[in-house]
Amino acid sequence: MSADGSGPLQLLEVEDLRVRFNSPDGVVKAVDGVSFSLDRGQTLAIVGESGSGKSVTCLSLMGLARGAKVTGSATFEGRDLLKLHRDELREVRGKKVAMIFQDPLSSLNPYYKVGWQISEMILAHEKTSKKEARERSIELLKLVGIPRPERRVDDYPHQFSGGMRQRAMIAMALSLDPAVLIADEPTTALDVTVQAQILDLLARLQDELGTAIIMITHDLGVVAEIADEVLVMYAGKPVEIGDRFTVFKEPHMPYTWGLLQSIPSVGSEHTGERLTPIKGLPPSLIHLPSGCSFHPRCPYVFERCPVEEPELLDWPGNGHLSACHLSLEDKQRIWETEVAPTR
Amino acid sequence: MSDLQPQTPADSATSLVRLKGVKKYFPITQGIIFQREVGRVHAVDGVDLDIHQGETLGVVGETGCGKSTLARVITRLLPVTEGTVEFDGQDVTKLSGKGLRGLRREIQMIFQDPYSSLNPRKRVGTIIGDPFSIHNTAEGADRKRRVQELMEVVGLNPEHYNRFPNEFSGGQRQRIGVARALALRPRLIICDEPVSALDVSIQAQIINMLKDLQDEFGLTYVFIAHDLSVVRHVSDRVAVMYLGKVVELADAGRLYRQPSHPYAAALLSAVPVADPDLAAKRERVILQGDVPSPIDPPSGCRFHPRCPKAQQRCVEEIPPLTPKESGDLAACHFPVQPGENLARARPAIRQESTEPTLAS
Repeated sequence: MSADGSGPLQLLEVEDLRVRFNSPDGVVKAVDGVSFSLDRGQTLAIVGESGSGKSVTCLSLMGLARGAKVTGSATFEGRDLLKLHRDELREVRGKKVAMIFQDPLSSLNPYYKVGWQISEMILAHEKTSKKEARERSIELLKLVGIPRPERRVDDYPHQFSGGMRQRAMIAMALSLDPAVLIADEPTTALDVTVQAQILDLLARLQDELGTAIIMITHDLGVVAEIADEVLVMYAGKPVEIGDRFTVFKEPHMPYTWGLLQSIPSVGSEHTGERLTPIKGLPPSLIHLPSGCSFHPRCPYVFERCPVEEPELLDWPGNGHLSACHLSLEDKQRIWETEVAPTR
Repeated sequence: MSDLQPQTPADSATSLVRLKGVKKYFPITQGIIFQREVGRVHAVDGVDLDIHQGETLGVVGETGCGKSTLARVITRLLPVTEGTVEFDGQDVTKLSGKGLRGLRREIQMIFQDPYSSLNPRKRVGTIIGDPFSIHNTAEGADRKRRVQELMEVVGLNPEHYNRFPNEFSGGQRQRIGVARALALRPRLIICDEPVSALDVSIQAQIINMLKDLQDEFGLTYVFIAHDLSVVRHVSDRVAVMYLGKVVELADAGRLYRQPSHPYAAALLSAVPVADPDLAAKRERVILQGDVPSPIDPPSGCRFHPRCPKAQQRCVEEIPPLTPKESGDLAACHFPVQPGENLARARPAIRQESTEPTLAS
């Protein structure tokens, strides 16, 4: 996406991000050459299976990937996040770029009242009185739809339900009006009805506050609901990028096809039929397969795949990037004749 | 494969399990020495259900609706408070000792988390072979042979007999759990969220395998999951539970096309679909608040404090599970009609917030 002009409009511009961890067994290539850009008010979804590097990508942007060797650049408001000093980073973290995590119970401190945990965030970044911070916390709890916030502000996390805890986490993340909100599987631990409430809330807040959201998820349904841009990752590498309509309606990468085929659809009439899973297992990030990392599992593999690593290219020339050796005609033909009809 | 012959062909008309007025309450006690009961969690509260031979019955509902408790009551891992559970015509609620041991051979369970449901210190061969030792059905070399057969059936390499669970991936561990459940050739397998801990590509592998095993061995499944698309895919019939009660029991296809109970409709509309066009077109029914506490469930229809169609009658009168023309059952005074837009419906009563509060 760096092709379509990296002007001042871009809020966050990540270029060739690489994250390596040293382990006793060898170097783990957790993230390998990820580039993307994010506009104000836009939602980018990063999709992939466990171990595909989607969480590590975001943690390294926040300077939270401990013990990792991070290279590349992440330009945010003219500064490279990856090169900031610890104090500068602390100022950005929470205030400009905030994060919400998958499990709201383990990310809230059980010993402190919810209101205090939100106030603490405000007090850490701004010179305000405790009283004022508390009032802001109440307002924030109201904003995220917690009933009777003036009483709930003095509750402990265990007195909240799962959905309310996630709302409290969102309130905390939004307390300083960040420009970017990173949501790491925010609804995975929740029931579908609560998930719908939270996705609705995120969409509403994005409209009101203009926050850009990076949503990490493995749920393609969630992606189809809220994402503007979709980045599909496999084994630490970006394999497909495009807007949600292109990625869902005419995907170019066999891995994306596999993901779409693996999920049973509520709307389809194909019940009781066999699903089409992706064969095999995701590879080890220490010993990646040669050439295209997906080739051992790909049903459309040919001679070139194990030999040469495919580049992430804009095949049709409209900002839809994919990393696959198949020709554009083949991609379109296979999708239309073999993959799409089975969905 | 000599021991794993298919059983009698599935006959969908006969019921294998019949639940009548099953209730399971958990007492809440106070005091250390003199414990007195101060309340009860109404986990399962009056469930009548037939599970047909050879079918897959899906059970869906939110956290805390009692679906896992129901599973544990059917398997006799928990005793019932009231009601009867008939397995193959025999009431199993009063079984003990030898009778219970016989039942355990017939009903097995597959658990959600393949990491915590396998003993990390035991080898795979022991884990899968334990049912044989417990029930004295196979010893020594015979046992090993049968374990390796089972491993092959579920798609594991039989040479990995001596490995530990940590040497396997999540999907493979779930296969170990399935092999263990199959060991005694049960007739009913209860799958409690069998794929929710797995990645989507692996999920599809396990779902396909469960389907194949059902065809091969004539198994009956109770399939509990919170992922409604998976339930739709695998189930013949689906029971929707809310606060300990079955609110709708219907043919899977019909339920997903035209749900009758407003809760079922709301639950289904909340499922995200992996199609941006559909997602943009759909109007979701967003339920307000949370599931009320099962300690003191709401009067009348338990869904009335959150129902977009609630009326005064719903507060006063408990709706019974009544059959419709199609044979499906729903427990609602004012079922959703075809073509009705539930997202626009407004309740005729004042609804209090159902947020959870700490009992004081």
